Amino acid sequence: MMVFFIAIPLLTVVLQSFQFKQELLETREREKCDPFGCETEIVTIPVLDENGNTIKQNQWVGFQNYKNLLKFNEVQEAFSTIGEGWVDIRNIDFYKALRFTITFTFITLPFILFLGLVLALCVNALLQSLRGPVIFMTLLPFIITPVIGSLSIKWLFIGDGILTVFLEWIQQKDISVFSNGWSVELLMMFYRVWHATPFAFVIFYAALQTVDKEKIEAAIVDGANKFQRLRFIIIPHIMPLIVFVTLIHLMDAYRVFDEIIGFDAAAHRISLQWLTYNFLMMDQGGNRFIGRASATSILTMIGIVIILIPVLRKTWKDQKEKKI
Amino acid sequence: MESKIFNLSLPLKITVALVTSFWCLIAVFPLLWVLVMSIKLPVDSFASNPLEVIFGPATKLQVGGLSIINLLVIGVMVYVLYKIYQLRFRFLSIVTHAIKFPVISFFINLLAFILIVYVGLIIIQPLLSESLNAFFSTNPVLHLIAKPVIGFTSQHYEAVWVENEFYKQFFNTIIVTSGVLTISLTVGTLAGYGLARTNSMMAFWLLIAALVFRALPHTVLVTGYLEPFINYGLYGKRTAVIIILVAINQPFTIWMMRSFFMNIPQDLDEAAQIDGCNPFQAFWKVIMPLMWPGVITTGLFSFLLAYNDYLVASLLLDGQSQTMVPAIIQYFNMETKMTDLVEAIAAAASITAPLFLLVMFFQKQIISGLTTGAVKG
Repeated sequence: MMVFFIAIPLLTVVLQSFQFKQELLETREREKCDPFGCETEIVTIPVLDENGNTIKQNQWVGFQNYKNLLKFNEVQEAFSTIGEGWVDIRNIDFYKALRFTITFTFITLPFILFLGLVLALCVNALLQSLRGPVIFMTLLPFIITPVIGSLSIKWLFIGDGILTVFLEWIQQKDISVFSNGWSVELLMMFYRVWHATPFAFVIFYAALQTVDKEKIEAAIVDGANKFQRLRFIIIPHIMPLIVFVTLIHLMDAYRVFDEIIGFDAAAHRISLQWLTYNFLMMDQGGNRFIGRASATSILTMIGIVIILIPVLRKTWKDQKEKKI
Repeated sequence: MESKIFNLSLPLKITVALVTSFWCLIAVFPLLWVLVMSIKLPVDSFASNPLEVIFGPATKLQVGGLSIINLLVIGVMVYVLYKIYQLRFRFLSIVTHAIKFPVISFFINLLAFILIVYVGLIIIQPLLSESLNAFFSTNPVLHLIAKPVIGFTSQHYEAVWVENEFYKQFFNTIIVTSGVLTISLTVGTLAGYGLARTNSMMAFWLLIAALVFRALPHTVLVTGYLEPFINYGLYGKRTAVIIILVAINQPFTIWMMRSFFMNIPQDLDEAAQIDGCNPFQAFWKVIMPLMWPGVITTGLFSFLLAYNDYLVASLLLDGQSQTMVPAIIQYFNMETKMTDLVEAIAAAASITAPLFLLVMFFQKQIISGLTTGAVKG
């Protein structure tokens, strides 16, 4: 019996490891594609394993792909006497994408957390009969196809869209939202907040149901006002969930892509994932820059790992404490 | 929470009401507006006056519209359908206890409900409205309410589904989605069960790995797979999309399944084994019946991922085998006539409809799924 008890989990673990091996395998594949876009440049291909070190080494060796992306020379130039510093760097695709992705991720985050919490508190204070429909409506933006969602918001602002007309009426001048980079960026952030707030809301709302009532009553007896109650009882109670929502949001927002398609914003703002996508799409000559795409993917991956390191370290510590 | 509710002061109550209603407006408005635009002629859809978009005078003149009676009939219909839906849901919970395979009965129910909605709204509703309209229009006093008030046309939907053969893309989406669902649920259930029942360090590292893989940008996977796919002739096949989507989806499925399995006490396994089940029987006959809610929830999220995917499908598929979402974007790239734009809007609305039904049916599961992931995450 014991054998079976261990056998089933082992079997499934093996099954699962197979699943992941697929993914690991193609990391190796990706390394192989690296020299693809640069046959003329490098003839000797270093043998790569799945080790993170070798990937880093690639960068230092200066594979043409990475060079093409990162453009070290131009960066140097930009900071030397000829260039204009940051302005120049922003014109290089990769840095442009990096800049947008990072700002996008970190600016939307506080909005989502705050809005989600406020909404959860509000709905929690609503009458029981009203909660169902409100939650139903709230879930809609979350569940909708991202491309369609961003399209539907775009249609509100397009040319004679209702909200553009409204804004024009307020400001008494012609506005065209989609001709400025910053306004498109703002709109994309708005869309992301619209799309991701329900998620935060549902989780916070569920957590609010489990707040210890006695604690709150005790706090009331002790004379705590509402904000003190919120600050010292509710927030600590849902703190782990705030971390969770942050984590998920970081992962998702870092992958920002659908918005750029939906808002047709590629001319103004691009993200890292869009950059890879663009390399993978066939151009007029029928070429795909798989090598360059791989380089971008790897850099993107490094980026997300850097962002996730604090969280992962915390999980690891927790696990260690549990063991002890 | 009761004490808190009664303690709210009046200004706070007003704030709560305002915030909530404002949010609801923001949440629903863009979608509602798309729906309104999709049933108007282009002239009205892109009119600068919002009232013209809503009431659609040009559409009313050229095609016709809905009278107050129509609206009333539709309202009553929707209400009746909602009641049926509620009854059906209760009926469903009885059935789920009676039959061992609630998933199957659930989908039978779902299909039946969709059929009822279709018959109710598409066949009975027009007949009823027409006869009522005819009846009231002869009446000298009441003929006003039989006059069209709001412009309405379904021609864009017809154009999208019939002329442009959007149903082909619809079938593609169904194939891709169901493929992803089947594979990722099977693997996810087994792996989740295994991981929930071990305490080894290996399992922990696998979970962490899964977390990291969940964070991977989707393009990374596509990049890895693209070369072999082109080499082995899988490019442009739906299988390719399914493979990649399963790979993207798998870490998430395993995490979620694991948290659901964690909620089922291990004693149950042991009890079943003492009663003479072999491990497989224990898993299938004792654990699985308790797991259906978890499977449904996880399946929902997998469905959403596969259904909402734009990136993978647009990279790997073209033309006839394209799924719905990328097909819409292609509408925009093709032509820029106003009619095309409204047709694209109609197509977008038709894509949203199944999702809308989904929220309606599965609201509880979605919430439970989100929170389960959160508590264990």
